[in-house]
Amino acid sequence: MADADETSKQAERNTNVGDGIAVKKQDIARAKNEGKELTKDEKQRLRKEKKQQKKNKKDDKGESEHENVPLPPSQAVVQCQSQKAPSVAPSLALTPVSVCTSEKPAKSKAEQRAERRARQEADRAAKGKKGESAQQPPSGKSKAPPNELQPVVKRLPEHVQVDDPAAVRKLAKKLERQQIPVRSEYGYKVSLFSHLHQYSRKAPLTQQISIPSTVIHPYIVRLGLQYSQGIVAGSNARSIALLHAFQKVIQDYKTPPNEELSRDLVNKLKPYISYLNQCRPLSASMGNAIKYVKKEISNIPCLCKEEEAKKQLLSCIDNYIKEKITLAATTISAYAIEKISNGDVILVYGCSSLVNHILCDAFDKKRKFSVIVVDSRPRLEGREALRRLVKKGICCTYVLISAVSYILPEVSKVFLGAHALLANGYVMSRVGTSQIALVAKAYNVPVLVCCETYKFCERVQTDSFVSNELGNQYT
Amino acid sequence: MELQAVLMAAGGGSRMMELTYNTHKPLLPVGNKPLIWYPLNLLERVGFEEVIIITTKDVQKMLTPDRLKLDGKMKLDVVCIQLEGEMGTADALRHVQQKIKTDVLVLSCDLITDVALHEVVDLFRAHNASMAMLMSKLHEFTETVPGQKGKKKAGEQRDFVGVDATGQRLLFMANEADLEDGLTIRKSIMCKHPSMRIRTGLLDAHLYCLKRCVVDFLVENKNISSIRGELIPYLVRKQFSKSVNLPNNKDEVEMSQKMEGQTNLEILGSCKDEELLRLTQERSCWNDHHGDMSEAYHGGKVRCYVHIMEDGVCYRVNTLAAYIEANRMVSAGVGADSIIGASCQISDKTSIKRSTVGASSTVREKVKITNSILMNGVTVEEGCNIQGSVICSNAVIGRNADIKYCLVGSSQRIEPDGECLTVTQNAGIHLHYVYGCLFICVKTHSTPHSSAVSRVCCVHVCVRQRVAG
Repeated sequence: MADADETSKQAERNTNVGDGIAVKKQDIARAKNEGKELTKDEKQRLRKEKKQQKKNKKDDKGESEHENVPLPPSQAVVQCQSQKAPSVAPSLALTPVSVCTSEKPAKSKAEQRAERRARQEADRAAKGKKGESAQQPPSGKSKAPPNELQPVVKRLPEHVQVDDPAAVRKLAKKLERQQIPVRSEYGYKVSLFSHLHQYSRKAPLTQQISIPSTVIHPYIVRLGLQYSQGIVAGSNARSIALLHAFQKVIQDYKTPPNEELSRDLVNKLKPYISYLNQCRPLSASMGNAIKYVKKEISNIPCLCKEEEAKKQLLSCIDNYIKEKITLAATTISAYAIEKISNGDVILVYGCSSLVNHILCDAFDKKRKFSVIVVDSRPRLEGREALRRLVKKGICCTYVLISAVSYILPEVSKVFLGAHALLANGYVMSRVGTSQIALVAKAYNVPVLVCCETYKFCERVQTDSFVSNELGNQYT
Repeated sequence: MELQAVLMAAGGGSRMMELTYNTHKPLLPVGNKPLIWYPLNLLERVGFEEVIIITTKDVQKMLTPDRLKLDGKMKLDVVCIQLEGEMGTADALRHVQQKIKTDVLVLSCDLITDVALHEVVDLFRAHNASMAMLMSKLHEFTETVPGQKGKKKAGEQRDFVGVDATGQRLLFMANEADLEDGLTIRKSIMCKHPSMRIRTGLLDAHLYCLKRCVVDFLVENKNISSIRGELIPYLVRKQFSKSVNLPNNKDEVEMSQKMEGQTNLEILGSCKDEELLRLTQERSCWNDHHGDMSEAYHGGKVRCYVHIMEDGVCYRVNTLAAYIEANRMVSAGVGADSIIGASCQISDKTSIKRSTVGASSTVREKVKITNSILMNGVTVEEGCNIQGSVICSNAVIGRNADIKYCLVGSSQRIEPDGECLTVTQNAGIHLHYVYGCLFICVKTHSTPHSSAVSRVCCVHVCVRQRVAG
């Protein structure tokens, strides 16, 4: 499928330039696709043509106005990816990611967004050039002329700029203003990851906070401690715990005089969020939950009394949890159970609360299947998944990830959980998940990723180095 | 508010009556600061702004001038209790129950430690524990204690403390006195925690973080009178007792209320466990133990944790030996060999080594003081030689007295070159050469006639008893 895309793209590019060269281009393209080696002349000609195209486009773009600056980088990236046809993308294309999301409208939302972007792109290009835009295919992935990668003001998040002293200082100042202690880095950092934070478990943040904590609400201190020690781990658990703590904060909140609840409460939450970020970087689901809570708070009408406002906020949070987490899990498992047939051997990796829920539900609905739990060090989270499944009565096998290629011939399906789903369709999950997916692809085993919609985020990431979370070396 | 601090300063110091008959225990000078200064300083350093101090009326009067020694602006809320009835620590806590609105940190006034308090409180917070306490390695006191010659007395009986493999969860606690025919450990504990370490060389620092529901439980159960003696062992045992099923509560509640009111703790504990917390624990992929089929914490609602200090300073000044050791440690901590208090007058040719001299003391010429503790207002005349002793406040040591490993009580006089020993009312024992003796004020009931003693060994006289001869 990816190859077909390539030919179509080449074909479009050909039609943009004069027809004379087009024929030759087509030959070259065909030759490429047939896998023959291009001769030196042909290669040179190809290069010249590309340069010509770039020049033309640059002149044209220079004339017209462009506001599509934020879009191109992602699109260019997308284009590179689709050209290279990395192994993950096809498997993702195979895996019906959309099927496993909770609501059908949500699935098409991502597609709709991409279509809309493509249409906008097409319109703008049509304004500048004549006759070019008609050729733009609706998929929107193909056309992203290289010259749109103009120097764009990039705002990198601070957690991937640890090797930049200016960014570190800025963060320290911000934390000082909010009266949150700064967590110190620890240990030797490999140069590949020197731009990421590395904290030690032995120096908790609570060392620097006064014990009856006054600046930070006690429930938030407790939550931060539980995050950093790993007592609350897993995307869903962290979000639920966060919302619970927010409920407590809202309950104990008292509007100061001459302030409005809708504005002041949001300001109160900011240092708490910084503190939690210092304890452990926020997950995508937590980020979305925070956005939702902040939106709800700022939507409170100013004439509303404090008690009523608090009650409303508490019920909003309850609804969010009920809808986005509990009900979503039920709906997803209803879909997923259709994919499980009797006699299946299902492979799961690590401990994902959603996948466990699905398997337990399937077992309750009297499906006959067995499970292989793959685990990896250092966390060995698979033990917990194993315990829960075996307690239910499901027949399980337990292997370490080093044995996954040995055991895959027996597997009929792979169920993976997700920590976040990125805007380009990539799945972010526990380290080792991509390995499982690649090996499964090699054995032609279908991979299903299960993810609630509140874990969808607007970010785009193509590798796992640019933004990641480093674990503790010595624990 | 997260934690409230309660300082128990009403204890009598029954194990060092020689020192405390005159000065109350919280006000005993250690390194020239009153004993109560140390826990208050610990609380202040950590960030507490308010402390509730439970003490007696006499100590309360004395607390105000001493407050100047505190640097910060900590608010002291002093609550008085009467000492007539035998009021235990739990009774005292019940007394101030109205003031307690959150979880509580209980400490004793005789604790001198430099522990990082966040270690104890973090255990309490992170695991949502019902109780978290501090323990430390027991230090053997090697210095000779004045007044104790020869073998040490039977001493306090050991505590058997059982912790799990991580060294943080408290599984078992019993005192040697309660174990008649040996240590019995319930099978349910062994099933849940197959690896248990039992330690005996631990000192209980009497620093407890207790949950609010435990304080409420104390109010309901008035038969518990001591925190250390009864409440803590009860909580530790309660971790492993069978939990009550909530739906069937009504019948069981009535039944058990007749028994001990044990269920109260369960109900109170489980009410706090909210739906969302339960959901979080369900979804979290963490477990505190591995190898069996039960969930985190084995589903138990009551959890007790202990932080064991391996190194660092931790003393409980409740015996004479501990008092001397604490003094020594404080002066070593300060960095100096000896500590001299304010307004002291020290004349020439004196040698003061490894000692503490209290405020407003006078030391005349040619005096040698080694390894000793002199409290406030002591006068030492010329030519004395004081070694390894404790001289309580306002005592007067006469000329050329030679005092080795003695404890001189408050306001005593050691006569210079005296020959006779006179025991009189409100006066002390006069002696010329004393070695290894213990002197305390004989307030009343002393015999009127005098007796001469030239060399006394190992006299231990208790307060308010008849002294004959």
